[in-house]
Amino acid sequence: MKIFVCIKQVPATSEVAVDEETGVLQRSGVASKMNPFDLFALETALRLKEAGGGSVTVGTMGPPQARDIIQEAFMMGADEGYLFSDRRLAGADVLATSYTLSQAIRSLGDYDLILCGKQTTDGDTAQVGPAIAEHLNIPHASWVSALDLAENGVQAEQQLQDTVQTAFLPFPCLITVEQDIHVPRLPSMRLKKETRDREIPVLDLSYFMDQNEAHYGLAGSPTQVERIFPPRRDLEHELITEGDLAQALYDRLRAWKIV
Amino acid sequence: MATIAVIKRKCTGCAACRAVCPFSAIDMKDGLAEINAGCRACGLCIKACSYQAIVALETKRDSVDKSLWQDFLVFGEMTEQGLHPVTRELIGEAHRLAAGSPHQVHAILIGAGLDAAAQELRHYDLGKILVYEDAQELAYFRADSFAACFEDAINTLRPSVVLVGATALGRSLAPRVSTRFQTGLTADCTSLSFRENSDLVQIRPAFGGNIMAEIITPHTRPQFATVRYKVMDAHPRAEAARGEIIRRPLPQKARDSKVRLVDSRPVPPAANISEAEILVVAGRGLNKPADLDLVVALAQALGGEYAFTRPLVEKGWGSNDRQIGLSGRTVRPRLIITVGVSGAIQFTACMDGAEKIIAINQDEKAPIFSIAHLGIVGDLYDVVPRLIELIKAGGREHAGI
Repeated sequence: MKIFVCIKQVPATSEVAVDEETGVLQRSGVASKMNPFDLFALETALRLKEAGGGSVTVGTMGPPQARDIIQEAFMMGADEGYLFSDRRLAGADVLATSYTLSQAIRSLGDYDLILCGKQTTDGDTAQVGPAIAEHLNIPHASWVSALDLAENGVQAEQQLQDTVQTAFLPFPCLITVEQDIHVPRLPSMRLKKETRDREIPVLDLSYFMDQNEAHYGLAGSPTQVERIFPPRRDLEHELITEGDLAQALYDRLRAWKIV
Repeated sequence: MATIAVIKRKCTGCAACRAVCPFSAIDMKDGLAEINAGCRACGLCIKACSYQAIVALETKRDSVDKSLWQDFLVFGEMTEQGLHPVTRELIGEAHRLAAGSPHQVHAILIGAGLDAAAQELRHYDLGKILVYEDAQELAYFRADSFAACFEDAINTLRPSVVLVGATALGRSLAPRVSTRFQTGLTADCTSLSFRENSDLVQIRPAFGGNIMAEIITPHTRPQFATVRYKVMDAHPRAEAARGEIIRRPLPQKARDSKVRLVDSRPVPPAANISEAEILVVAGRGLNKPADLDLVVALAQALGGEYAFTRPLVEKGWGSNDRQIGLSGRTVRPRLIITVGVSGAIQFTACMDGAEKIIAINQDEKAPIFSIAHLGIVGDLYDVVPRLIELIKAGGREHAGI
């Protein structure tokens, strides 16, 4: 069983301050980490490999420094890791990102199972996983909270609005896993030593089957960010210290359509 | 549409651009700025550069003929309890956006046993209601089968805008369909507007809600957006039933799915505080274990779940699976009300992504107030019982009792 896990490097903090006057973003440092939700996908992959044999490959699209999270994946037990990096991939939205990843996965070989975290903490769209499945023309299940091997496929439990549905998906298929499906293991010092010199191939567009630049990055992105601005200041820290406190709180709940 | 480029001979290597880039997409190489693969072309670096060394290179792109794509299509999600209420909200928003334009609002239903839902939808000023019904193939949710029906509906109606609820099902289905049409999809929009040229302006939080992005889909159609439940206003139900129900044959592709249902059961009542939309958190301000009843009662009145801070769990008042914090869970509900919680960073770091935060605490200087949208400085033993009364009274009024 060949498993591919999509991972992404994200800013280590979501605390991005916005200058009130200029609307300019101010970052404190540029520390990065692996998207925390990807840890659950990687852990799931490692457990399936332990149960059924096979291999776990991780891949990420990003700048050269995204190697760090591939090394981290090695320290958890991933067998192979690839970095998809090319200036022409920059500016990709959901469609172009998922297309890039689908092309990368295709160029690397036939995987039985592709695993993704439920979403990233920077983009927060939860859309790239299902979109990869569509590009690859394979079935998928999202928000999977339990995943077991079955004959030539997996059995996936997913929570919908008011039902928990368990379905069989034949290989090849794509699964995005919920947080807490398994507790991610800690990186191992032993693996860190063993994998220190493991090669991390960097693939650019020339490795993909479709080499038409117009399908990648900004050029291949149907959506366009027109502007970025600080949220409306409903973040005012309103403090109520006197009067009918419960009534004031209740009025606010009504205004927010909570009750 | 533009690609950002650095004019090397103008660049002084001051790195002002790198400091403002939200995507870490600028590296300093040989003392000059270089754009890397992380660039999202937001243009902030252009404004930040004092030397006009960064420019946007416009690239021409073919656009579809937008006049061939008209109207709004709303996905009507079915649950065990019938239509998901987000459907009426999406219809309401579509009507608001379409007002004053020739665009109509249509809906699509996919599933089994859809008669009642289709009839109900006729009361919401819809043009057409496309129904895909099959007791075998569509009896449960399979993204590939549902996507095949959705594809047929879009080919039939050619809508300009497609709105889908940002539910577990909607967020699994919408990306498949938008990808099939090679078009844009914007998740979790908090605000929408509609331009005369039929471009949908989609606003959503980026970076965990600290920054908002305004997004358009200028060259392709349809334009897909998902919107979370309780963000938009529901469309009022009309007495007259007007919408035209059109039953469409099941597309062959909807029969081709190899996904098989193994089991389906109602959601177990077991609490999962990470998934709760509304949370009430008990903190050290409570005097004794029995007072937790207050917190539980408030959570129930709001239809939410209750949770604890670490000190209470350590005292044995609550279980770890309801603990919020670095040693417990991280939550991001629509609303969180903290009751007698001081707000240590180990706690706030794991809940400050909540859309709305209300803090009730006696100590005006408690750190929790610095992250709360609304702070109530007062005795929780006065505020909470009366708040529960008000909510219950409001609920009775709403139900017409």
